[in-house]
Amino acid sequence: MNLELKDMPGQLVLALQPISEFGGNIVSVLHQRDKKTPRGLIPVQITFEMDGKKLERLINRMKSNGITIAQIGEDRLREKATMILIGHIIHSDIRDTIDRIDSTGYAEVKDLAVSMPGVAQHSAARIVINAAGKKEMQNAIQLLRDIAREKELLLIESIEEA
Amino acid sequence: MKKVRILIIGFGVIGSGVARAISEKREFISDKYGIDFEVVGIGERDGCIVCPEGIDAMEAYKLKQDGTLNKHPCWKDGVSSIDLIKGANADIVIEATPTNINSGEPGLSHMMAAFNTKKHVVTSNKGPLTIAFQKLKKTAEKNGVQFRFEAAVGGAMPVLNLVRETLQANEILSIEGILNGTCNYILTRMSTEGLPYEHVLSEAQELGIAEADPTYDVDGIDTACKLVILANAILGMNVSYKDADVTGITQISPGALKLASDDGYVIKLIGEIKDRNRPRVAPRLVPKDHPLAVGGTLNVISLRTDLAGEITVTGKGAGAIETSSSILSDLISIYKA
Repeated sequence: MNLELKDMPGQLVLALQPISEFGGNIVSVLHQRDKKTPRGLIPVQITFEMDGKKLERLINRMKSNGITIAQIGEDRLREKATMILIGHIIHSDIRDTIDRIDSTGYAEVKDLAVSMPGVAQHSAARIVINAAGKKEMQNAIQLLRDIAREKELLLIESIEEA
Repeated sequence: MKKVRILIIGFGVIGSGVARAISEKREFISDKYGIDFEVVGIGERDGCIVCPEGIDAMEAYKLKQDGTLNKHPCWKDGVSSIDLIKGANADIVIEATPTNINSGEPGLSHMMAAFNTKKHVVTSNKGPLTIAFQKLKKTAEKNGVQFRFEAAVGGAMPVLNLVRETLQANEILSIEGILNGTCNYILTRMSTEGLPYEHVLSEAQELGIAEADPTYDVDGIDTACKLVILANAILGMNVSYKDADVTGITQISPGALKLASDDGYVIKLIGEIKDRNRPRVAPRLVPKDHPLAVGGTLNVISLRTDLAGEITVTGKGAGAIETSSSILSDLISIYKA
């Protein structure tokens, strides 16, 4: 979120307080006092994690505090994990596998590549999952493990996650 | 000069390889450390060589190569290794019989007999270590003798001694690595040549990299055993083979390896213990530029420590000469102290 603050005491607090009130977790604050905007305001860049549903109310609260919001960028799914599935990928309903990840609300299948060597042979799929955070990624991987067990697929996880 | 009398129990590839290495390195070791290693007994399935005044280890090695070990002047037909261990005037037993993960025998009985007659044990045999680690450790302590098994994990690669001798102040938080050279060879060849599993397996068998019955390697059993030994010895856990979660490499296809490679990964059979959870052996995606992405028959282990951070060692995981490096290092470390 890029903000523009008046050059007077207490403005940064007025901008940050609402974020903690709505349960947000501030990741970084970049306060550039020496780089004033043409309107004489101080640009401040704030990165925070928060429940997206509360964003509208946060914006209203900031505005009522007299804060100018220049830009809002949302990166909902920040974690990425690559995995490989081996087995009867298609016959065990790949659509269902994807739907079950996507329907969690906190993770989704971002990319899928399939290799099918022959009718009788096992196929393989590379699946890329995005999730909201580390904990959500753990849950998504666990869900995929359960699906793999149920559909008798071999799930190859990356050593980067775990 | 300190004279150390050695019994070698099990005179197969590893046991006879150690005899050869002792013979070749005897002068080097005595010059450098003031220790003179003398083999005074060799135990085989069908008999023993007993020779209190010392056996020419190179001669025994050559006889073994010719299949005529029982023509040695000191050969005693039918004398069991247990009786040799109990009766011989020796300081140390090198236990190099084949691994048996079901009963741990005959290695387990050999080791217990050695401890109970106040002899140190150095071994490459994983069976007893995966079945009765705590029992062996306690018996060695009770008898005031040493128990060393660097050669049982990762062949030449120093791991246990690295932790004991040089990372003393560190807490080891997690262990992960490639602990089986056969699986690494198969996956590396499949990946670089795009060949199917069965094809590369037969190639590995022809080269002597895989056994005629490859189950123990390709099903991840060997990796799990080594992981269990590391868990017990380094992390102070009390786990056995049945506590491990094990998946092998038999289902890995060239298609899967290609998909992995296209996205910057290789597939490796990884053994892992994190946060003292149950040991896990499974094929995993490893980024191509990651320290664990070693090829061929190499082994590699990465330790995560609280002070030193990540420490990774890599080396030959099998082979008689390479394994004897670890056995000799254990022998020396017992007497250097």
